[in-house]
Amino acid sequence: MTDAALARPPARPPVREPTAWDQLKVNRNWLGFWFMLPAMAFLVLFLVYPLGKGLWMSFTDARIGREGRFVGLENFEWLIEDSDFVRALVFTIVFTFVASAVKFAIGLYLALLLNNNLPFKAFIRSVVLIPFIVPTVLSAVAFWWIFDTQFSVITWGLVKMGIIDRGSPINWMGDPFLAQCVVIFANIWRGIPFIAITLLAGLQTVSPSLYEAATLDGATKWQNFRYVTYPLLTPIIAVVMTFSVLFTFTDFQLIWAMTRGGPVNATHLMATLSYQRGILGGNLGEGAAIAISMVPFLLAAIMFSWFGLQRRKWQQGENND
Amino acid sequence: MTAFTRRTLVKGAAAAGVLSGSGLTDWARAWAQASPFKPETGATLNLLRWRRFVEAEDAQFNKMVAAFTQATGCRVNVSSESFDDVQPKASVAANTGTGPDLIWSLYSVPHLFPQKCLEVTDVADYLGKKYGGWVPLAEAYGKSAGKWISIPVAVNGGYINYRVSMLKAAGFNEVPQDTKGFLELCKALKAKGTPSGFPLGRATGDGNAFAHWLLWSHGAAQVDEQEKVTINSPETRAALRYAKELWDTFIPGTAAWNDSNNNRAFLSGEISLTANGISIYAAAKASQDAKQREIAADMDHAFWPIGPIGKPAEIQLAFPMFGMTYSRFPNACKAFMAFILEAENFNPWLEAAQGYLTHLLNAYDNNPVWTADPKAKVFRESAKRSFPAGYRGPINEKAATAIADFIVVDLFANHCTGKEDVEGAIRVAERQLRRIYR
Repeated sequence: MTDAALARPPARPPVREPTAWDQLKVNRNWLGFWFMLPAMAFLVLFLVYPLGKGLWMSFTDARIGREGRFVGLENFEWLIEDSDFVRALVFTIVFTFVASAVKFAIGLYLALLLNNNLPFKAFIRSVVLIPFIVPTVLSAVAFWWIFDTQFSVITWGLVKMGIIDRGSPINWMGDPFLAQCVVIFANIWRGIPFIAITLLAGLQTVSPSLYEAATLDGATKWQNFRYVTYPLLTPIIAVVMTFSVLFTFTDFQLIWAMTRGGPVNATHLMATLSYQRGILGGNLGEGAAIAISMVPFLLAAIMFSWFGLQRRKWQQGENND
Repeated sequence: MTAFTRRTLVKGAAAAGVLSGSGLTDWARAWAQASPFKPETGATLNLLRWRRFVEAEDAQFNKMVAAFTQATGCRVNVSSESFDDVQPKASVAANTGTGPDLIWSLYSVPHLFPQKCLEVTDVADYLGKKYGGWVPLAEAYGKSAGKWISIPVAVNGGYINYRVSMLKAAGFNEVPQDTKGFLELCKALKAKGTPSGFPLGRATGDGNAFAHWLLWSHGAAQVDEQEKVTINSPETRAALRYAKELWDTFIPGTAAWNDSNNNRAFLSGEISLTANGISIYAAAKASQDAKQREIAADMDHAFWPIGPIGKPAEIQLAFPMFGMTYSRFPNACKAFMAFILEAENFNPWLEAAQGYLTHLLNAYDNNPVWTADPKAKVFRESAKRSFPAGYRGPINEKAATAIADFIVVDLFANHCTGKEDVEGAIRVAERQLRRIYR
């Protein structure tokens, strides 16, 4: 080492001070930033920018093909007194709540069933996925026919069985309340497989030895579920229900293909109302305002599951955090 | 499906031979020589049109396009979009200054950006002079600030469709031509167990036609000439009360109907009367099913009845065509518009459309399509009996928004379904109209 240092020619220019650019190039902390940059650019371009643009538009009176003027909260002030918007808001919440709860109950039940040793297990598990695989528009059209006021197969069956009179069919899609029930039913049908299959995957990660130990301690089937399965499944439930609530809250295709928000705007969700006002009606600012109004609810749903369901206390069923 | 045999192939080839050697090309060449509208040399046009709903109409249109290219050397690329997508595309094109040279759209689209539309007063005057003048509706749709900005090529008419035998059974020989008598008819039809049905759901064509007729025939309108909202009026109240009485005679479920529900209900014999274009009849007549052909034989069409306003008050779907100012070939645009409306082109095209489309130039009243089948006759008048969209206000984007948002349809749907009383339904509509027309 010393020799090498002595042998160095004295004429060598003094060591250059590293410039800011050099630091940016080689500094390890900055290196991390450089590696993140492509992903960040991607997110900014496709997530932050559209969201920001949507937020900006909700404060303008933009129309299709024309930039808007800034109008402050005018769009929101208008909407809060708009009976269709308020109804859509309430229905979206009811829709999300009812559909998610039922989907969860049936999905969990299905998952527990499928977790047993059944004959043709693989086949049955894939059959369960069918509602999820069929394109939404196709299944919506099928439901549309099933619940058509004139041509409903249910009405037809009831008429053939002599239960109802041909002249007074059930007004499935024409009656606001029934139409609301129908779209909730269709959403439930479509959403169950996602929950069932994901929870099934969660169930399979539970070690059988835990059940053995619990059974040796004299646990009943219910206690097995309550104190072994459920606590271990909670993280998965949190994730699944977050996604389920988000998907349900933002549902669009199903409603649009089945009812277009009718009859008399009874089945409009916020997403469909936003499209109706923004794109078809041409009032982009108002459409954006409706879409932005969904954000607080979505954030609340995410907060609830991440800060609530993710806590260890909830997961373990004990006070150990 | 027809099986292909040698014979059909020979026939087809013979037919093709006749067409290619037909007079259309020769005439087109002569036209190109004599016409006051000469395309720029080397011009190419991009045309965006609404997607056809009659195949024969599209085929005939393409023949005109081919003849135009042969005669003038100007190539025309035709692309089509569904009804709902033409307007957004046209708006973006107008906004960015690039896109199709010619756009063939619906209702009031050119009035969204009149300053971006090529002035075509010379073409309109030329055609008007040559073909017996334009109907008033054409001027409403075609003119902006005294200048023609589009050529209204055709309208799609919608009228009362009814079953002759069911009307007879209810004690009527024809559809009464006043709103009062019409209500009696619908009551009688319901009593006989063969009710009528009009859509009050998300039916862009048939729902708007029904609701606007209810409103306008009673002398009501959403705005006046100065765009002041006038929906809160005694006339609207009368229209709502009438609508409710009529609604009570309908088959259940029409609040959920879209544009195809009434076609299906009519063709399955569930309803005796509805409003539609000629498509129910055309489909039934051309059907393989003997039952459907029986329905075609047993049905006919009638005008919308006239209400307290004392004159026809209908809304029919207009199809205006316009050139864009950014086009590098404005003369080719004009030549093309003039070309397709010349009798040699327009008459066969109107026939190919089988009554779905109605002219706005008076001379085409004599087209054989209106006399060959008496059941198509009422559709000849649709351009003459129609009010423009947004009546009594001007045709503009506000009128287009009011239609797109189903304001008038929902006015009646809200009251008929019992969701709102008369005052409540008016209040909802008035609030929305005030925002649109602010």
